[in-house]
Amino acid sequence: MPSPAESIDAESPEPANGSDEMITFENVSKSWGDNKVLQGLNFHVKPAEKVSIIGPSGSGKTTILRILMTLETPGEGVVTVDGDELWNVAAGQRIPRETKQMRLTRRKIGMVFQQFNLFPHLSAIQNVMEAPVQVLGMSKDEAHERAKDLLDMVGLGEHLNHKPPKLSGGQQQRVAIARAMAMRPKVMLFDEVTSALDPELVGDVLDVIRDLATSTDMTMLLVTHEMRFAEEISDRVVMFDSGIAVEQGPPKKIFKQPDNDRTKKFLRAVLEH
Amino acid sequence: MSTIITYAPLLWQGLLVTLELLVLGSALALVVAFTAGLGRLSRHWALRTPAAIFIEVFRGTSMIVQLFWAYYALPLLGVELPAFAVGVVVLAANEGAYAAEIVRGAIQSRAAGQTEACVALGIPPAKRMRRILIPQSIPAMLPSFGNVLIDLLKNTSLVATITVLDLTFQGLTIRTSTGATTAVFTTLLVVYFILSVLLGQMMKFLERRFAIDRTSKPRSKLAKVMRPQSASTGGSGV
Amino acid sequence: MTWDTEYALSILPRLLRGLLVTIEATFAGIAIALVLGLIVAVIRYLRIPIISHLFTFYVSFVRGTPLLVQAFAAFFILPDYGITMSALLTGILVVGVNYSAYTAEVYRAGIEDVDKGQWEATTALSLPGRPTWTRIILPQAVRKIIPVLGNYWIQMFKDVAILSAITVSELLYTAQTIGSSDYRYLEPLTIVGLLYLAVSYPAAIIVRRLERRLAFSR
Repeated sequence: MPSPAESIDAESPEPANGSDEMITFENVSKSWGDNKVLQGLNFHVKPAEKVSIIGPSGSGKTTILRILMTLETPGEGVVTVDGDELWNVAAGQRIPRETKQMRLTRRKIGMVFQQFNLFPHLSAIQNVMEAPVQVLGMSKDEAHERAKDLLDMVGLGEHLNHKPPKLSGGQQQRVAIARAMAMRPKVMLFDEVTSALDPELVGDVLDVIRDLATSTDMTMLLVTHEMRFAEEISDRVVMFDSGIAVEQGPPKKIFKQPDNDRTKKFLRAVLEH
Repeated sequence: MSTIITYAPLLWQGLLVTLELLVLGSALALVVAFTAGLGRLSRHWALRTPAAIFIEVFRGTSMIVQLFWAYYALPLLGVELPAFAVGVVVLAANEGAYAAEIVRGAIQSRAAGQTEACVALGIPPAKRMRRILIPQSIPAMLPSFGNVLIDLLKNTSLVATITVLDLTFQGLTIRTSTGATTAVFTTLLVVYFILSVLLGQMMKFLERRFAIDRTSKPRSKLAKVMRPQSASTGGSGV
Repeated sequence: MTWDTEYALSILPRLLRGLLVTIEATFAGIAIALVLGLIVAVIRYLRIPIISHLFTFYVSFVRGTPLLVQAFAAFFILPDYGITMSALLTGILVVGVNYSAYTAEVYRAGIEDVDKGQWEATTALSLPGRPTWTRIILPQAVRKIIPVLGNYWIQMFKDVAILSAITVSELLYTAQTIGSSDYRYLEPLTIVGLLYLAVSYPAAIIVRRLERRLAFSR
């Protein structure tokens, strides 16, 4: 288990310029009972940066995403997105309730889940239309057009009216990506989005994500086990273990010549499959 | 309240009768459940069909109707039983029919993989059932059996309508002679409630004792709450 | 004494009228149970201090005591407090209140059974409270709840026979009346059993089919 002393500040390579960061985590900690999921994390992400987070299960990687998406509350620390405060929790303070500020800031973030979480009673296109209509107040026609374009983009133009049970896992995940994209988020979070898929379906989903990485300037955070993919599309890779960022750097460095022993050990175990 | 204290002995006698019905009824119901449940799973048509008919008939009619029929109509066909016996038999048949479906369901859901393993190991069908399938299925049956048991308890009150001197009957008698309506019925309700809570605790204890593995899939909450077409006292217990 | 078909046919009209009362009572009772159960479920969900706990206890108590005793209690106690109603109305209320304890649980379990991921997806999409409930959660919960409620409806249909004990002129009571006045019990009670089967068995099959259809089209 790495000690807090080993932790590095997972800041962007360029000198930090406070308000320039898209995402900042300052001294964020989170515990579940005795389990310290995150320990005093400092983490910054620049706009348009594509960051992959790797590491063993239970290392806290998913928690970072979930705190950003307000699915979990930090025990302590400050989290900002696009200059706006999302979380500001002092140690021992009672969990803050959802504020208007939080709701507005959250709109800039989108998330794709490991279990897809599509709405099973709605068709693919209805899934993608739902949030723009209900949240952005878009007209049904406009939302329909946009949804159609997005589903075409992810290669599901033929499946607009199919309900999730009729789609394969890979197709469902692509609908999930289109659904998140419909809200035009500035930040996209991908939480092990291919882990629940059959191997032959993974490629199509990765193609879509690669497309997003190369052709948009969204800030993207990916928690993933797909090491080759992470190496290919990331600007920066962060290695997590037991709630601490133990190493970070450009993909070539992390994957080919890591400094930290834990990183080496982890990569050896994972890449030897 | 003083009325209750005065008539406590009578209520106590009624309670004893209720408990007798509960114990005898559930013991017999268990036998019925496994007989009918396993019968329904049999490969032999001659066993399957009577079992199925028995189960559907007793689930499809309400217990009070069955009680009346067994007490008033059956003697006219030559079979006359004392009221208490009628009570026990009908309780067992009715609740046994519901429990039979629980037995059948629990075993069937385990059947496929386990049966194949037995075939591969060369274990014959009868042994397969007895030593492998049934013991495994019992922990799964317990929660639903618990509901059936509490249902059985509540249904014992119905025998009062065919003049069995159970708790409810005694309560009604006391009410008629004293007019202490509220006190009597409150007492009855509280006693039944306490009994059902105790039964519930007992079942929870048994479930824990017989649990095979802790990592089984969490049961749907709806499945816990609902009983498939329950017997005549408004469904499952606490 | 053996079966007398002529006699059986002669009492059939009266018994069918009794069956009609049973069916009416069932419809009225289930309506009460559905509405009252919903109110109870909502209050428990909102976790209002004291009141929600009271309702939780009320649900446990009603589910843990026999319907027959509840019926007698209502039938005898209410007039003492100045509330006079027909036996039928009393019976409907008793059955309605009794089953509301079960429907309340069904509503609660139905909501809790909706996959947690659905809630997380609505958070990720910033979907506000009302559409989350009305467009995402409830449609899914309702699909699961309906077959269960259907089964409770059938159960209530059978339980209405218990109301014969408080002189409601439903099917069983009618048979008892015929039996005691004509001194013939075999035909009336057997027909009662057959009529119950004739309604509940097809109904059960319909509910099972409905369950399968609702599950598939999700």
